[in-house]
Amino acid sequence: MSDQLSRVFAALADPTRRDMVARLTTSDATVGELAGPYDVSVQAVSKHLKVLEDAGLVSRSREAQRRPVHLEAEVFDLMTKWIERYRRQAEERYSRLDAVLAEMNEQEDPQTKEGTAS
Amino acid sequence: MTTTMNNHIDEATIEADPTLPIIRMTRDFAATPAQLLKAHTDPDLFTRWVGPNGMDTRIIEWDVRDGGAWRYVAGREGEEYAFRGCFHRVGDDVIVQTFTFEGMPEDVSLETLRFEDLGDGRTRLHAQSLVDSFEGRDAWLRSGMETGVNEGYAKLDAMLASGDV
Repeated sequence: MSDQLSRVFAALADPTRRDMVARLTTSDATVGELAGPYDVSVQAVSKHLKVLEDAGLVSRSREAQRRPVHLEAEVFDLMTKWIERYRRQAEERYSRLDAVLAEMNEQEDPQTKEGTAS
Repeated sequence: MTTTMNNHIDEATIEADPTLPIIRMTRDFAATPAQLLKAHTDPDLFTRWVGPNGMDTRIIEWDVRDGGAWRYVAGREGEEYAFRGCFHRVGDDVIVQTFTFEGMPEDVSLETLRFEDLGDGRTRLHAQSLVDSFEGRDAWLRSGMETGVNEGYAKLDAMLASGDV
């Protein structure tokens, strides 16, 4: 089970696959249509699709010959929420760091500028 | 999702590497690399921001040098969680350290923090955490979720279990 979850994370960590998922949020598309914007072969796109499919993020209908790719949006939303939660926690921590740094800036203000000036 | 070189990253971005059990985070700060380094290594400054959220951090050991050890305890309402590790390398714009939650003493992550000078008193933090398995990493990401999110997770579990995914 956690192995499957890892696969979803891995699938979404690749920029090309994220792009393909973004493309699929507007409508279903064939492999050829998905390959269009990229400077890669249909085979390479098929490989990416296989990863997305194995992770449960997309499915391909069996009936039509063109076999359009469909985004399983529900899974995608859940994963986004999952990682977003972690990100937000980090962001809270970094906001506190912002405040600490702002205070340091105030204390050092008269001398700090020359360091990075060109 | 895309970020060009010139954009500011004012909110933390996060990425889970597809091929290695790594989490990467990036965030810009209105500070110099030296200030960012200080905020990470000065114990009084560090405890003011490190968290976890809503917890007070008490430093037990803090030996900032190559090979020095660190240990701190985070507490809230009588509950205490201890963390420790080693400053493997502390440079002008880099910290390489290990990180362990003492409740799981055999799980150690290797953290590399780089402070990239963007000029104009701005610095980009590149934080990378390498853990020893994908399971470990994803459990760690999961630990960022608290109330309410478990609901979504349970739903996903159910979907996986029922073969809907």
